[in-house]
Amino acid sequence: MFGPTAAPPVSGVTPLRANVFDADLPYELHPAVEVRPEPFGALLYSFKTRRLSFLKDPLLVTLVRSLAEQPTAGEACRAAGITEPDRRSMFLRALATLASTETIRERHVPTAGSST
Amino acid sequence: MTAVLPLVEHFAQGLDAPICLTWELTYACNLACAHCLSSSGRRDPRELSTAEAKAVIDELERMQVFYVNIGGGEPTVRPDFWELVDYATAHKVGVKFSTNGIKIDKAAARRLAASDYVDVQISLDGATAEVNDYVRGKGSFATAMKAMENLAEAGFAGFKISVVCTRQNIDQLEAFKAIADRYQAQLRLTRLRPAGRGADVWDELHPTALQQRQLYDWLVLNGENVLTGDSFFHLAAFGESLPGLNLCGAGRVVCLIDPVGDVYACPFAIHESFLAGNVRSPGGFATVWRESDLFLELRMPQSGGACASCSAFDSCRGGCMAAKFFTGLPLDGPDPECVKGYGEKALSKIEPGRVSPKSSLDHSHTRPVKNGPIMLTLNRKPPSRSCDENPVSDMLAGRTGARERASI
Repeated sequence: MFGPTAAPPVSGVTPLRANVFDADLPYELHPAVEVRPEPFGALLYSFKTRRLSFLKDPLLVTLVRSLAEQPTAGEACRAAGITEPDRRSMFLRALATLASTETIRERHVPTAGSST
Repeated sequence: MTAVLPLVEHFAQGLDAPICLTWELTYACNLACAHCLSSSGRRDPRELSTAEAKAVIDELERMQVFYVNIGGGEPTVRPDFWELVDYATAHKVGVKFSTNGIKIDKAAARRLAASDYVDVQISLDGATAEVNDYVRGKGSFATAMKAMENLAEAGFAGFKISVVCTRQNIDQLEAFKAIADRYQAQLRLTRLRPAGRGADVWDELHPTALQQRQLYDWLVLNGENVLTGDSFFHLAAFGESLPGLNLCGAGRVVCLIDPVGDVYACPFAIHESFLAGNVRSPGGFATVWRESDLFLELRMPQSGGACASCSAFDSCRGGCMAAKFFTGLPLDGPDPECVKGYGEKALSKIEPGRVSPKSSLDHSHTRPVKNGPIMLTLNRKPPSRSCDENPVSDMLAGRTGARERASI
């Protein structure tokens, strides 16, 4: 459940840029990721990377789920009431980690060649 | 992120649904591995039907159990194996299945490579045919290697090579790693448990105290890229904890469903004492998971017993319940492979002749399997030639067998 996992031949290579987190861009939960609410936060599983991860803060779960409706990741933080600078950077760091593991991804207008 | 309770404490108290679970689909197996945890070989006539298995999958979907580790027996010999895999993945239950490779031909490999939802774990207990076939049976190394070749050729990178660490293969860790690298696979090392037929060979196969240290040091160096199914948390008492949860998840975050639908606390504990219920009973799996007396008890604070005063208790938490149970040690005492040496001491105090608990379930082949390992069976036949008395000549000729399993 940890570490590198299979890269099936059909999925292609995710552009490097997709994994570089930028708070001024729109994000969404990766469609291959499922979320199971838990008392401590949530259990996440990616059917693409076959990785299991844990969100250990219910507010982070709310934030992640709200990304798709917000214009940018930074805006999503503000809307979730995360404004205090230290807290904000802590949550943005968490989002950056989630982006690097393909738990969340940059949101694009759907195009014919978009990967899953 | 801050949490009121550390994550492991949440896990120790149990979740509403397992994080993942092991599901043995059949006791049937083409092999007869000497250390098989589930004493597999022959199919049980009471095994879940296709419809019953699908109902279990429906329930797992409702409970949001995102993936199952499917094993056996050799799960791929079930005629409805692929049907069940497809059904599971169509219902958002990902599958990782363990196999000795017997059915992983080129066509199966291509099919597997095309699915994101299915992961494969090839069992290999030696990096050479000599070491592997000694416990798994003659020809089993070649079968596993062929399966890996097929997977790699089909473009399935990242499949798992699952190794049960034994006294005979600890020196081959680098060689296993090299095999994994060659096929772009990932190495997975797990602990030998004295469960099933494993109890019969544990004395001979389990790593020595020195080898445990060797394994620990290797894992500290290579652990990030090697999976362990969290099975070596007893080694955490050496110092640094290894990647993973370092927690016994039995009945708390993991469990086992056996081929007849019985639910056990963990894959290494197929014994009446760890039987929580059956998926065929009213309320199904969810009720067993949430309400069985056994699981509720496992989720209560554990005392630690004789281990509670040990300086390493916080790291190893007393080790593996199944390993203690099947070696005849009390559950609140040290693990038989306790790195502080308390396990050996406790084992030496067991009165000679006292029989360790043994599962009443045994699906082992009743007649010798072609090429099965014969490492520990008594030599009933006279030597084939009068000068042929080398005991090893038989051991290396052996019967085949297959099984080990995945926890997290």
